Amino acid sequence: MSLKKKKVEGEGNGPRRPKTTAAQIRLQKDLGDMDKLPGTMHLSFPDANDVFNFELTIRPDEGFYFGGTFRFTFRVNSNYPHEPPKVLCTQKIYHPNIDLDGNVCLNILREDWKPVLNINSILVGLQYLFLEPNADDPLNKDAAEVLRSNRRLFEQNVTRSMRGGSVDGVTFADVMR
Amino acid sequence: MALPTVTQSLPDADRRWRDIYRYLDRPGPFMAEGFEAGAAVKEFLHSIKILVVGAGGLGCELLKDLALTGFTDIHVIDMDTIDVSNLNRQFLFRASDVGKAKAEVAASFIMRRIPGVKITPYFGKIQDKDEEYYNQFTIIICGLDSVEARRWMNATIINMYDEDDPETLKPIIDGGTEGFKGQSRIILPHMTACYECSLDMQTKPTTYPMCTIANTPRLPEHCIEWASVLEWPREFPDKKLDGDDPEHIKWLLDRASTRARHYDITGVTYSLTQGVVKNIIPAIASTNAIVAASCATEAFKIATNCATPMNNYMMYVGDQGVYTYTFELQKKEDCPVCGAVAIKIQVSPSATLQDLIDLLLDRKDIQLKKPSLRTSATSLYMQAPRALQEATRPNLSKCLSELIRDGEEVTVTDESLPISIQITVRFE
Ligand SMILES: [Zn+2]
Repeated sequence: MSLKKKKVEGEGNGPRRPKTTAAQIRLQKDLGDMDKLPGTMHLSFPDANDVFNFELTIRPDEGFYFGGTFRFTFRVNSNYPHEPPKVLCTQKIYHPNIDLDGNVCLNILREDWKPVLNINSILVGLQYLFLEPNADDPLNKDAAEVLRSNRRLFEQNVTRSMRGGSVDGVTFADVMR
Repeated sequence: MALPTVTQSLPDADRRWRDIYRYLDRPGPFMAEGFEAGAAVKEFLHSIKILVVGAGGLGCELLKDLALTGFTDIHVIDMDTIDVSNLNRQFLFRASDVGKAKAEVAASFIMRRIPGVKITPYFGKIQDKDEEYYNQFTIIICGLDSVEARRWMNATIINMYDEDDPETLKPIIDGGTEGFKGQSRIILPHMTACYECSLDMQTKPTTYPMCTIANTPRLPEHCIEWASVLEWPREFPDKKLDGDDPEHIKWLLDRASTRARHYDITGVTYSLTQGVVKNIIPAIASTNAIVAASCATEAFKIATNCATPMNNYMMYVGDQGVYTYTFELQKKEDCPVCGAVAIKIQVSPSATLQDLIDLLLDRKDIQLKKPSLRTSATSLYMQAPRALQEATRPNLSKCLSELIRDGEEVTVTDESLPISIQITVRFE
């Protein structure tokens, strides 16, 4: 008993040791297990010590968005996995489920998030948005309307926007570089 | 008749605690294993230190309940000051207390009303305090309103447990309320389910689909979320929205009202705007009273053994009659907090990170295949994703003394292991 007290006091004199939080442990597990990431996705870390902030690049290998390189930022907060990460597309792209500010309409990023889901679930969800853009959950209403009514025109719009062209007066980011 | 010696120091103690002593003076049908009626258990109850975390709606009730239940050395910690909106239910505070520290006002109120009870307040964050502080308490009761604070408390108390020292095992009693719903639970570190084990049970903040708030609003909440989630960052990309700043709420209210009018939606008000932004669920005084009473009763049972504590979770629903249900939450084997295996390793400071990993791979008691290692501040070696693996690979050949401090904790995760391992690395 008294021994323990001494030990604790002794340690208390030094600088307080930051503790590893449950969010950190969980995120370390999520990331450390992701060694089978498909070649279409790449994660990068501006600071390797900061696992709470990272970037995702998606290069779809089929579908409307084939050939483009799409970038997202992930901000995970200390309440993970109680709260989902905040995910934003950093380019202005023409997509029914992503608005011009980069907000993404993906159910598991908001209303359907559960702590059993993980970073990989979000990557799968985002990848799917590029393979199967969904006209029923529009964030870019105009793009969704075109997708619903005229798939050929939608395809042309996507192709033009991806080269940095403009659609309906809006200029998009060149994602072919 | 002579008073029992233990109460002589407390004038009128026998009278004051008469009702409490009925449970402690003689054996009863509900007593738990190990209960011994008499002076010793009373003295123990009056002598142990108990910590109340939070001096808000639940905290006020808890302090009053505990002080009237025979706990006479109570500590309370809270970082908040009193707001005028607290006064309807946080009954230890008066209008003249607005702006003062909740913990301090609550403590002096109770001490004034219940002589013989000592309450020690701390006005500050739970994160300000270290293990030494938390280690002085026998029981910890939480009356918190955020998931984040609860997770911190839970992890801190559970990590403190040292199997060589039974005194480090601190029961946590956690109360929580949300409107007419509430719950109380007992967490016995490493023995029963902890807060993190049942994280997926916690109600999460109400959110609406992004496309609904962007395109098809039907509720006033949709308009407010549109203003706070989409419009605010567009207008103020570098300013964080603060739910307590009236200017910010006013701005959101203006935007949300305009949008609501456009879609013919009514009901956007200042208080709803603040409620949605801060995710406020109206607090009900009676829910707090019921949940706190349950928590204090469990503390009394744990402290005295006069009855068996509940096992281990009680839910209360008060909006359609009064309903309670008590059941056992199961411990999760892969819980990142209480499921984590703690091991101590001695290595030479000149050993490399690779040497440490080889040492771990050699151990038969933990079957590792591809371990990733981090401290709280640095990525030592990550197996994936590729960018992290490449960034941390140079660390493998570095001396441990360059990477970590003596006694530092390293978290190990592995694809083949559902749990995590906490290693304390000591240099020889
Ligand atoms: Zn647990």
